[in-house]
Amino acid sequence: MLLYKTILASAILIMSLVVAMYSTLIERKMAGFFQDRLGPDRAGPWGLLQPLADGIKLFFKEEFMPNTADKFLYILGPSLTMFIACLISAVIPWGPDIVINGQTFSLQMADVNIGILYVFAIVSIGVYGIMIGGWASNNKYALLGAIRASSQMISYELAMSLSIIAIVMMTGSLSMRDIVNQQQGLNWNIWYQPLAFLIFLVCAFAETNRSPFDLPECETELVGGYHTEYSSMKLGFYLFSEYINMFISGAVMATLFLGGYHFPFIDKLGLSPNAFAFVSFLVLFAKITFFGFIFMWIRWTLPRFRYDQLMRLGWKALIPLAILNILITGVVILLNQ
Amino acid sequence: MFTNYIFYFLSILALYSGVMVLLSKKPIHSVLYLTMTFFAIGGHYILLNAQFLAIVHIIVYAGAIMVLFLFTVMLLNLNKEDSSPKHIWVKAAAIIAGFMLGMILIGVFRGYDLQIVQQPMESQIGLVKQLGRVLYKDYMLPFEVSSILFLTAMVGAVLLGKKEQI
Repeated sequence: MLLYKTILASAILIMSLVVAMYSTLIERKMAGFFQDRLGPDRAGPWGLLQPLADGIKLFFKEEFMPNTADKFLYILGPSLTMFIACLISAVIPWGPDIVINGQTFSLQMADVNIGILYVFAIVSIGVYGIMIGGWASNNKYALLGAIRASSQMISYELAMSLSIIAIVMMTGSLSMRDIVNQQQGLNWNIWYQPLAFLIFLVCAFAETNRSPFDLPECETELVGGYHTEYSSMKLGFYLFSEYINMFISGAVMATLFLGGYHFPFIDKLGLSPNAFAFVSFLVLFAKITFFGFIFMWIRWTLPRFRYDQLMRLGWKALIPLAILNILITGVVILLNQ
Repeated sequence: MFTNYIFYFLSILALYSGVMVLLSKKPIHSVLYLTMTFFAIGGHYILLNAQFLAIVHIIVYAGAIMVLFLFTVMLLNLNKEDSSPKHIWVKAAAIIAGFMLGMILIGVFRGYDLQIVQQPMESQIGLVKQLGRVLYKDYMLPFEVSSILFLTAMVGAVLLGKKEQI
């Protein structure tokens, strides 16, 4: 069992890393498409080796550390960001159980009965890496970027948690697996909770610091934001964790709202359990890819918010809407009893 | 046996980071050590099979309160070491206050019949269902009253923070 869990954990970790690596290429290709140019196409066929070349470039760049930086915290910042980004994948059910030699294995690292709260906890401590890095750089732009990032993440966390409460009320469980299993076929949560889905999607953009919410690294005002003083692979970790976060938040959204690995008529195909698990996993992956596309589409379409607009949207629009959604859900549940 | 080692590890971590909160020179380091203490205590909750309490502990303390602490320390830029000598009266007041708190703690634990938890991993007290039942059936009124108290405090803080006249 321990061996299986180790293999599964490594597989999930490698998968998130590879997906994050290739999302950088897809992102640049998409940017090229939106701006009517080709995008990277020099390294390998269709630029397929570009992420590898980028990685090698980042590794061999000069390591630079400011003289006045807090040495330990300066290194801790990017490491913590990367570590926390990889943690959420532990509670996501990647597919139904598989059978090897008559034993059933779960494709979920840990089926804790508080799965959703675990996601919230990791999201809420995700801000530490950015804050520590920005502060330890001892640079005013980095500090401003870190403060922006943290106030943005704190503000949008609230609306995010409130929007999920409606789902928890409908499901009656905090376990990710229960939530997925209640969305068999096309019985997805998005049909019942479109408002919650919209709020969660906007908050996911804000939490991953993606455009139009990328104020923490607003180049026109802050040089580079919280990672101004970082170079080499430490900078790479910050940039890379954004892509991991994007992948994982896509997975969380697919699990909570788009039925996870469920797909209509998939059980009518008459597949063996392992093939069924594999097809289900592919379905989940397709949904995550769809969210990845939305993330990139919006990034290359919309301009950045102004800071006061960001705060107004978070506190005066999303939070009241989320509370209203909880109220409506509660009334409907009461009336249906 | 394995959980014993985890228990000792978490306890040492909690005590060490708790002491380091007091000993660190820079306020930011103190805040980060305090966060570490909260994580260690959250680990203790998991050892008692109280997953809900553990996660809520981390969300509320590490995720919300300590982030605000860090935020404030950064905004006020309390980077410099505070080396100004304290007045003798301040020191005396601190010693007396600490001593009195210690007395209260000793008094509480003397009057309490300490038990060793049998089979901590099988305890069901900290799971969501149990906790919800206790909160909303047995302690309904105190729970709601304390939430009103929180709301009042929040409104008060917003009112105090407002710059313009109302």
